[in-house]
Amino acid sequence: MLTGDEVKHIALLSRIGLKEEEIPRYQKDLSAVFDFFRELEVLPTDDVVPIGHITGRTDVMRSDEREDFDHRGREQMMKNVPETKDGFVKVKSVF
Amino acid sequence: MIRLLHNKLVAGEITAVDLATQYLKTIKEKDGELGAYLTVLEKRALEEAVIVDEQLKRGEVIDLLAGIPGAIKDNILIEGVRATSASKILDNYIAPYDATVIAKLKAVHTVMLGKTNMDEFAFGSSTENSAYQVTKNPHDLTRVPGGTSGGSAAAVAGSEAVFALGSDTGGSIRQPAAFCGVVGLKPTYGRVSRYGLMAGASSLDQIGPIAQTIEDVAIVFSRIAGHDPHDATSADSGHEKKYEDYLGGNVRGKKIGIPKEYFSSDLDPKIRALCDKALERFKALGIEIKEISLPHSSFALPAYYIIQPCEVSSNFARYDGIRYGLSVNDEKSSVEEKSTLLETYLDTRRYGFGSEVKRRIMLGTYSLSSGYYDAYYLKAQKVRALLKQDFEKAFEEVDFIFSPTTPEPAFKIGEKTTDPLKMYLGDIYTITANLTGVPALSFPIGTINEGGKELPIGGQLQGKWFDEETLLCVADAFEKEYERCHTVRDTEH
Repeated sequence: MLTGDEVKHIALLSRIGLKEEEIPRYQKDLSAVFDFFRELEVLPTDDVVPIGHITGRTDVMRSDEREDFDHRGREQMMKNVPETKDGFVKVKSVF
Repeated sequence: MIRLLHNKLVAGEITAVDLATQYLKTIKEKDGELGAYLTVLEKRALEEAVIVDEQLKRGEVIDLLAGIPGAIKDNILIEGVRATSASKILDNYIAPYDATVIAKLKAVHTVMLGKTNMDEFAFGSSTENSAYQVTKNPHDLTRVPGGTSGGSAAAVAGSEAVFALGSDTGGSIRQPAAFCGVVGLKPTYGRVSRYGLMAGASSLDQIGPIAQTIEDVAIVFSRIAGHDPHDATSADSGHEKKYEDYLGGNVRGKKIGIPKEYFSSDLDPKIRALCDKALERFKALGIEIKEISLPHSSFALPAYYIIQPCEVSSNFARYDGIRYGLSVNDEKSSVEEKSTLLETYLDTRRYGFGSEVKRRIMLGTYSLSSGYYDAYYLKAQKVRALLKQDFEKAFEEVDFIFSPTTPEPAFKIGEKTTDPLKMYLGDIYTITANLTGVPALSFPIGTINEGGKELPIGGQLQGKWFDEETLLCVADAFEKEYERCHTVRDTEH
């Protein structure tokens, strides 16, 4: 069973604020799923090469050509931005 | 139904505007109760219908899908239209571009009626996780339509759309199709572009059609499939064809495999009985039925519930309250004491995400974190490799793999909401197609009588990679055989 502190740690890593009273429920729910994962422990997989991607495709590239994204596209995108200033996306300081 | 409506449009028996109006009227009358739609696009739908009618007046040849009313799951972007993915974190989000599948539907002048309800961000199996409303199963309004494409399946089953687009990461097209008694296809991974589909688990997600018949599904699939340079995971071109033209082909001598692991003594006997009847029907078509083994089947579900949340936890960093969507940064009441960037993240995601979304992100974050990566994520990707091998071996012996789509019919609303793990266990037959990338189709095989209601049951066929042609052919032959001898409903009491 995950501890309350472990759940708080995971929540912080996930950048999800959890209220104190929510912790027990997530403890229970997450622990049940992690217990379920343990079913994989019986399967020997030392010699198995993991699949990163089912298609097996790698390095799908496009040509290095500039595509212009015109002002209408920019306007559409900026409409969704919560806080803007002088046409820029406004972010709180990182430090 | 699509071909029938198309012929009526071309013959001038109905207009596209009539057709759109009829469906919009049904939505107005029924959807208050059914809850399939989050956004109805009345104006846009009628404008598109007018274009089709003008084309018809000019005697122009129109596509099979022109003027046909469809519904679009709310995690697929239509430019200028609200797209919420049934989450409060995107309550005010207006899509700035068309998904590739939408651009393709627009190119053939499909009439898009609206955006359908779903489990929030496509996490769930019942559409109960929507932050907005509950969608009900048209066959029994006390039961779920399935999820996560529950709104799409309910719209089709409830005659609120001729077809719909859904998305499928672990069964989210097929399971609601099964619960609602309609047809749903998850294409081979890469066949349909994911550009403009809000990413959940990028190596598992696929967009696919839901409709009343195999032919309708084939028609829609043909129009949305194809290589897309905007989607680096999309399959190369060379598979494009009009799949509806290949229906009716010879299916004699094809082989269907029955995995012994799927038909254990745990399987509900009523569902088993319907599966047995379905297999008899396949045999009557000259198809050989063969027992096979998929030895790693029991590991698929835990592997899926590691891989999906891991990919989700990475993709969902984008919901940060900075570039779009909900932004909560006013927790502090005083002007001087402004909240920090970290608090913006924590509070936006606390208020914006529902509990299942939070669970999945946290499951993924933990599984990828230092000390756990090998035991969980890496292990799950090895299991994925083993499952792929199981399927490769099976497809040396047979052409398809058959199973029920779900271990049970549609459950009651509220029945599983307190137990997330119980909800996950219902995905047992559908997740392998996402993990291995094979195409998979759910289609009706009968009903189960429960509480005086006929609850639909779906059968699932999984086919070889990129072999949607034969898959649709066999299912179509089954459907026609089913209708032909189906004078009394196949009902298990």
